[in-house]
Parts: sequence; C-alpha cells; structure tokens
Amino acid sequence: MISYIFIFLALMAVASALAMIISRNTVNSALFLVLNMSALAGVYLILQAQFLAVIQVLVYAGAIMVLFLFTIMLLNVDEEKSLFNKLRVKYFVAFIFGVAVLALVLYSFGSVSDMLPQISPKMAEIGTVEAVGQVLFTDYLLPFEMTAILLTAAIVGALLIAQHKISPVHKDD
Amino acid sequence: MINIDWYLALSAILFCIGIVGVLIRKNAIVIFMSVELMLNAVNLSLLSFSSFHGNIDGQILVFFSLAVAASEAVVGLAIIIAIFRNNLSVDVSRINLLRW
Repeated sequence: MISYIFIFLALMAVASALAMIISRNTVNSALFLVLNMSALAGVYLILQAQFLAVIQVLVYAGAIMVLFLFTIMLLNVDEEKSLFNKLRVKYFVAFIFGVAVLALVLYSFGSVSDMLPQISPKMAEIGTVEAVGQVLFTDYLLPFEMTAILLTAAIVGALLIAQHKISPVHKDD
Repeated sequence: MINIDWYLALSAILFCIGIVGVLIRKNAIVIFMSVELMLNAVNLSLLSFSSFHGNIDGQILVFFSLAVAASEAVVGLAIIIAIFRNNLSVDVSRINLLRW
C-alpha cells in the first residue's frame, strides 16, 4: 500500500517538475512547482518526517511560492514565445547534459548500493515535532538563533535592493 | 516498505530536471524556480538518509537548509525586481551589460 502511494507521489513530483520547466506561462510554472512541493511533502510523510512535511507545505508551498507569484504579477512578465522555435541545438545539448548528470548520479548510487542503510527501527520516533524540537533547542540552539539573524539580514537586504529610489546621501549633514 | 534507492533515484531525477530547467529557460524567474527544485531534491536525499539511519541530524540540516532557501528566495527575487526596473525584462539573454 505504502509503495503504491510512493509511486503515485513520485510520478506526480516528476511530472509536475517536467511541466514546470516546459510550460510557457510563468504563473503555470509556479503553480506546477507548488504541486511538486506538495507531492514532496507527501513523500516526507512516507519517510515519517511529519515536522518537515508540515514545514515544507507552510514555508515552501505557502510562503516562498506566494512570494514568487507576487513577483510574477508585479513584473507582468510576458510569455516566452520562442521557447521551442529557435536554437534547438541548445535544448538538445541541455537535454544531453541533464541525462549525463543523471546517469553519473545514478551510477554513483549503484556503486555504493550495498553500503546503503536499511530501514532503522527508530525511524518512526525521530521525525515528530517533539523529537525535532528537543534537538533543535538543545544541541543546535546557537545555529537556530543564527537563523533569526540570517532571516533579518535577508529581509533588510531585500528591502534595500528592491527599493524604488535610493535617496542620495548628503555628506554635508 | 520501499528501499532507500528509490528515494535517492527520485531525488536524482528531480535534481536533473532542475539542471535542464536552468539550462533551457531564459526567464529569470523560472530559472530561479528550477534552482528551488534542485534544493528540494537535495533536501529529499538528506531526509531519506536521516530517516533510514534513524539519526535526527539530517532533519535539522534540512530545517536550516529551508531557512537558507527562504532568505535566498527573498534576496534573489529582490535582485530580479531591481534588474527588471533597469532593463524592463527578465530575459537572461538580454542581461548582457557585463558580457565581453
């Protein structure tokens, strides 16, 4: 049963990722990416990582994709009309390159496949909010606080970059 | 239950779709979304290793990677808006001010 759910979610993730890079409309691309992230959240649930599945939906499919959609609508980007018309060589080379990287990664998995871990009996316990919070607020407390500084710096930087007019600095004052 | 190979294969396939997306698209926003897709694929492999080892550190690492991805998205989109304001386009082939 779990295997069928995994196959369904994996197919949905791959199909929506392909649709994302192929579709001409940018808004459609963003919505396909939301679908892809929701499918990945389902895969996280199969992996018994409940906390990260919820975070994936809230942060990725919620916050980040809303930001993307706002940017798309703010910029009013026109559709790429020449996506498959010219420079077919470029797409061919990109496809070959992607397949080559995929083959390389799968080959490197295959060469270590006898060393890959089996299912751990502790798998169900470690993904809960309680377990993650326990580790996050004891062992990883300093990196967690640093994350707050990082996010603040990102907000300030984004505001500074996207500001409409930067008023000239008066050195006399 | 499914073996870890399948999760790693799914992660690799998503990563390569992201690579192809970065290579074939010209719209800067879609390129950025492909980069997010690649980040997600790597998160999936981290998380599957974490779950199969029964070790929670991988999940913590995914949490921090999510936080970094969020701030990266914010700053990247701000840069795209700034480029659009100067250039009136997000087509990366037309952003050629520094091209030799």
